[in-house]
Formats: sequence, C-alpha cells, structure tokens
Amino acid sequence: MATKVVERKPLSLAERTFLPQIVSGLRVTMKNMFKAPVTLEYPDERPDIPPGYRGVPTLVKDPNGREKCVSCQLCEFVCPPKAIRITPAEIPEDAETAHVEKAPEEFEINMLRCIYCGLCQEVCPEEAIFLQDIFSVTGTSREELVFKKDKLYALGGTLPDSHFKWDKKKADELAGNPHH
Amino acid sequence: MSEGQEDKRIPIYVDGEELKVDPGTNLIDAVALAGKEVPHYCYHPKLSVVGNCRMCLVEMGMPGRDRATGEPMLEEDGSPKIMWVPKPVIACATNAAPGMHVRTESDLVKECREGVMEFLLVNHPLDCPICDQAGECRLQEFATDYGRGYSRFIEQKNVKPKRTRLGPRVMLDDERCILCSRCIRFCEEVAEDPVLGFVDRGSYTTLTAFPGKELANNYSLNTVDICPVGALTSTDFRFKMRVWFLKETDSIDTESSVGCNTVVGSREGKIYRITPRRNDHVNDTWMPDSGRALYKQVEAENRLTGYSIEGRPCSPDEAFSLAATLLKGHRAAIVGSGRLSVEEQYLLRRMREAVGGDAPTFLVGRTGEGDGKLLSADRNPNTRGALLTGLVDTLPKEDLHDLAHLIAEGEVDTLLVAGEDLTQAGVTREQLKRVQIVYMGTHHNDTSSVAKVEIPVLTVFEKSGTFVNQQFRVQKFAQAVPGPKGVLFGLSNYTRLLETLGSPRRIAPSPSNVWKEMAGDVPEFADLRFEDIPRTGTVVDDSRFAHLPFVEGPGFHFNPERAAETAGA
Ligand code: SF4
Ligand code: SF4
Ligand code: SF4
Ligand code: FES
Repeated sequence: MATKVVERKPLSLAERTFLPQIVSGLRVTMKNMFKAPVTLEYPDERPDIPPGYRGVPTLVKDPNGREKCVSCQLCEFVCPPKAIRITPAEIPEDAETAHVEKAPEEFEINMLRCIYCGLCQEVCPEEAIFLQDIFSVTGTSREELVFKKDKLYALGGTLPDSHFKWDKKKADELAGNPHH
Repeated sequence: MSEGQEDKRIPIYVDGEELKVDPGTNLIDAVALAGKEVPHYCYHPKLSVVGNCRMCLVEMGMPGRDRATGEPMLEEDGSPKIMWVPKPVIACATNAAPGMHVRTESDLVKECREGVMEFLLVNHPLDCPICDQAGECRLQEFATDYGRGYSRFIEQKNVKPKRTRLGPRVMLDDERCILCSRCIRFCEEVAEDPVLGFVDRGSYTTLTAFPGKELANNYSLNTVDICPVGALTSTDFRFKMRVWFLKETDSIDTESSVGCNTVVGSREGKIYRITPRRNDHVNDTWMPDSGRALYKQVEAENRLTGYSIEGRPCSPDEAFSLAATLLKGHRAAIVGSGRLSVEEQYLLRRMREAVGGDAPTFLVGRTGEGDGKLLSADRNPNTRGALLTGLVDTLPKEDLHDLAHLIAEGEVDTLLVAGEDLTQAGVTREQLKRVQIVYMGTHHNDTSSVAKVEIPVLTVFEKSGTFVNQQFRVQKFAQAVPGPKGVLFGLSNYTRLLETLGSPRRIAPSPSNVWKEMAGDVPEFADLRFEDIPRTGTVVDDSRFAHLPFVEGPGFHFNPERAAETAGA
C-alpha cells in the first residue's frame, strides 16, 4: 500500500512556549470551580425521574388492593427478549375476587433479559404492569435477578385506577337483570 | 375427469369470478373454494343448517328468464341479466345452483355484517383477557374485521350465569354464548345424547342442560371445539395455557382402531391439549373425550426413562448387547403390541428373523365395546399394521395362554416384550420369573419389574410414524414433543437392538428409511413411500386379510360388511 506523507505546519513561537494553552486550560478550570455541580452524590442523592420513564417493569394493585393482572399472557407473548414467564391459575370460587376468575399463580420477569422496551405495559389490557421509576437492578446471582410475583408486586405498589372494571362487573352481577 | 364420466360440476360466480362446484354445495363452502370467507357462526359443515346467527348474509342473484317465453333475459351486451334478490340472503341456507351470482364484498354485505356484529356484542362481556377462546375466537376475529371498535350501548348489560358446570369435562359461561346452537345440534345429531337446550326468550335466552341431565357423554368435548366463542370450555385445559403459544402437531388417537386424526398442542415440550383434526374419511371433525386425555401418559409417574439391567441403570449399549445375548442362541419368544407403530412392528419382525426366524410371536389383543361411532371394539390402534408387516398372521388374543403354556412346558428361555404387561394377558408373575425378559416399553409395569433388561422407548407423542386403522388406511403421526432425557430418539432403540442382533444391514432410525426397507418385504407397501402418504392417510389393499374375523362393528365411515364385500370383489 502506498504511504501518504502528511505535511505538518511548523509551530509558532507562542505555541512553542505552551503558555497560551496552559492559561486557557486554567480558565476553564476556574470557571467550573465556582459553578453549581451537575453531578449527583449517588447513591446518597437520587435523580428526579421524569414521567414516562421506563424503569423496571412491576406489577401493580388497584386501590382496593386487588391484584390487577389476570394472567392473560399477552405480555409474555409480546415481550421481545422473552423475559416474562407466567403460570396462570383459576381464582378459587370462595375468594372475594372469584368473579375475576383468573390470576397468575406465578409471574416471573427475568431482569437479565428485559430490555426495558415497555411493550408489556403497552399491551396489558388490564393496566396491571408498569415500567416505573426503578432504574437500579443489582443482585449477586442469576436467580436473584429473576423477579418473582411477590417482588414484582412489592416494587409496583398501588396505582390509581380510572375504570374499576371488575368492581362494576360485580355490581352488575349483584343487581341482576333489569326486567327479570 | 376420466372419460365416460361427465363433469357434473356447475358454474357459479363469486364476486364476478367463475367457479365450478358440485351441484348443491353449500354456498359458504363454495365461496371458500374461491379462496374467500363468508363469516359465519352457526353453520358447521358436519351439522344441520339452522341459520340463526345471520352473520353469513350475502347478496345473491340468478340469471333471469322471461316469464312469458321462458327465454333467458339478456343485457344489452348479450350477457345474461342477473335478477338480484332484493334483500341479502344467508349463505349457509343457500345451495349453489347453475349460474348463481354471489356478492360477498359489497357495501350492503359489509353493512349487514357490521350490524350483526354490533348486536352480538351488545351483551357480550369484556372477557377476552380471561377467556380461553381468545386467539381462536370467531367473535374476536370478526369483531376486528367488522366491529365498530366502541360501543353505543349505554344500558346495563345482561347478566347470565358464569362458571356453570355442564358435565364432568365441560364448563359453560352463558354470558359469552352467542346462541348459535352448534352444541345443541351436535349433541342431538352426532352424539345422540340430547341434553342441551335454550331456555327463556329474546336477549335472555340461555343455554343450559335439561333439568337432571348433564353433558357427560364420551363426545362432550367436541362441543368445546365447535363453540365459536369461549362459552364452552374444557375443564382440563381451562386456564392452563394460551392457545397462541401452542405448537400444533398432527397426530393420531391411539385408543382404538378408528384412528381419529388429531392435533396435539404443546409448548416447550409439554403437551397441553389434544383436539380433533378434520378427516372426512375417518372422523369428520370429531373425536372421543377419552382420547384427549391420553397425553397424560407422557408425564406419568411410572414412566420408564432409563436403561437398566436387573434394575441397575446401565448404558444403552450394555442393555442392547445383553438383550442380544439373551435372545440369540436361546429359545426366544416375542410379544409385540398393537400399540406400536408400523415401523416398530416391522423392525420387531426383522429382530425375529435375526434371532432365527421361528421364534413364536404373539400380539396382545385388547377389545372393548364399540360405540358405533369413533371408538371401535378393537382397542389397539394398529392391529392391521402387525398383520401387514408380517409380525403376526392371526388376530391377537386377549389371553396369551399359548405363551403361558410354552413357558410352563419350559420351551421358552427368553421373552422379548414390546410395550405390553403380560400379567394382564394371562401370564402369571411366577411364569414370567422362569424366563429371561427383555422389556421395551414406555412405562413400568409388572412385567418390567421382573425383566432382566429394560429398554425405555417413546410414546406416540415423542416419535413419528404410521398406524393402519380399521379401514386399512395408513395414517401418519408426527413427533410433538421431545422424548425423556436419555432415551434414544426416533426408532433408534429398535434399529440399534436389531444391529446388535447381527442384522446384515444398518437401517437409519427414521420412518422413511424403514419404509424403504418395507417396500421390498410388504407387498401392500411396495409403491408407497413414507413421504407420499397424505395428511388424510391412504388406503392399502386388504385382500390378504379378508378371511380374518375382525372384531370391529359399524361406526362412522366404516361398515365391516361393506369392507368385506369390496375386499372379496
Ligand atoms: S419491558 Fe420489554 S423486555 Fe422488559 S419485560 Fe416488558 S416487554 Fe419484556
Ligand atoms: S398483559 Fe397484563 S393482565 Fe395480561 S398477563 Fe401481562 S400483566 Fe397480566
Ligand atoms: S368469547 Fe371471544 S370475544 Fe368473547 S370474551 Fe371470549 S375471546 Fe373474547
Ligand atoms: S352461518 Fe348462516 S345464519 Fe349462521
């Protein structure tokens, strides 16, 4: 391969003393010494998480404490890296929420696989899974990073609900048919 | 069309395109032949037509004829003038007639469908997330095609019973029922056990079992299959898995010699359900409930999963070589099974040839009462395979006293048992202890517990192969799930044992290779390749066995007398 020789400009006298460069460097340092810092003292200080942030996916309960997920497995289906694994089950007939019929027996999200895309939140027909503000996921083993149902509910907490679909359904059931 | 046989098909025009169909074809099926779909709920090709859902409305017209002269009326350009019926008609109650024109995509037809959908959804619950039908629900599908996307219904929805137990295997959710009456007609016309009916009127119409009756017949789960919505669900499959995760594999029901065609739904190596597959020559679109539970054998507690010699685990090669030593040079007898595939039965025959050729061979018969439908008296799926492959030449007996006799006389030293429990077939444990047993089977049983060598093999769901049903129809089944860890795949157990016995040629352990071998040995299979057997099976010549008194009585698509006649002719 042919070599191309790049011509270099010779340095001027000022450049050869390096003084102008040192002075301009010091000026930048001085300016920043008196400005408010932009970094945080993590983990003592935590950033404000803007709304819409896609953190760790979590399961939420409605304000009555009912678990919202009905184990429809749509999130399991849509999840691109196949991080979600659900074992569906029937709600026993004597339970208070028996009219919902179905709930997850186990719900696992493998946080080593999750890519935080938010598709599970988007697809959920029951508004049961949300990517909230948790951004730090650590653990000492692979198993620990497969989040189980309890952990997902503990992380998710309760979110406001604007539908109360199942409560309405139960009320309808109790009211019966209008002309019957 | 062969010569001398005129083409009786008639022309009809679907959205202007000409199509030849048999006269009298139901319009829904005729349009399907044109590659288009008329959405429908209540119509089912194997049930009577009731026309109560109104989803299949289309526009229909016939070429006009002058009333006075009877001459065909023509347009100005000379084409026949079509007299369109002023209102839409239901396609399911219309049979194709010569020159018939149908519009399936016009604005009027679309409007009809949208209207019907809106009414159907008025009282329908928003249950899709918890509904087992989601993913294979006709209502869901047509709601995406013709639904409005929001509801104009502000009144209170109807409340109907949910979670009704209709029978031991079927649950009913009345709110989801769209009153198509398919299940009612099925019970009456096919299962001949009319226990379902509608009560109340108008939008309060409710499906229910008659007082004191329950849907318990052995065909009850077919109602779940034909229910276009999630109203009828299977107690066994309920809430277990979403249908869109299920991998579907063609299989065959092994509970009797009918050989119902089935589809096995599995996910990640676990089977979740078995449903019937349409085969108009065998089982139409139905199958018995009893055959749907057979997948449970795959994960049964007593499943045999390891090779062993006298109960001690060993490697496959050790098991094969000991088995070969026991079989060769001793007086051996072979007990085959009517539950083995054709390929396995043929390889057993080859093993017999390898050990000397005159080893007495038995097959364990299994009979029950035939129900005149899809459960025949012969409860072996593949008795005819054993005959065709030459493993045996007589019909199997349930009681192997001949074998018991041979053992008692001390005329047998070694038994090769393939998948049968001899203690159930008239041979006592004490007798079994007097011989050396090589047991090849899927499960532990009393015979395997006294066996010298145990060789685990695969169930029908874990291998592919063929069965020959009562009509002498060779039917293929495919592998749905992988076999247990450590068990050799496919036909390897059989081919490797055959090799160890010193068979001259190696046979690769796949059905298609075994079929190549069989072509030379079985006259009926001479020009048949495994790859060429169609999905619906192919009937082979049965004249060699016409003299045998098969036990089956008449059933769907099977009449033993007619079968005997055609064979004799
Ligand atoms: S955020 Fe995306 S990757 Fe993570 S669990 Fe949800 S769907 Fe899967
Ligand atoms: S999509 Fe929602 S309701 Fe369905 S399984 Fe996932 S979290 Fe549960
Ligand atoms: S029957 Fe169909 S439309 Fe109705 S809830 Fe079930 S899946 Fe949804
Ligand atoms: S399919 Fe024709 S009316 Fe139901």
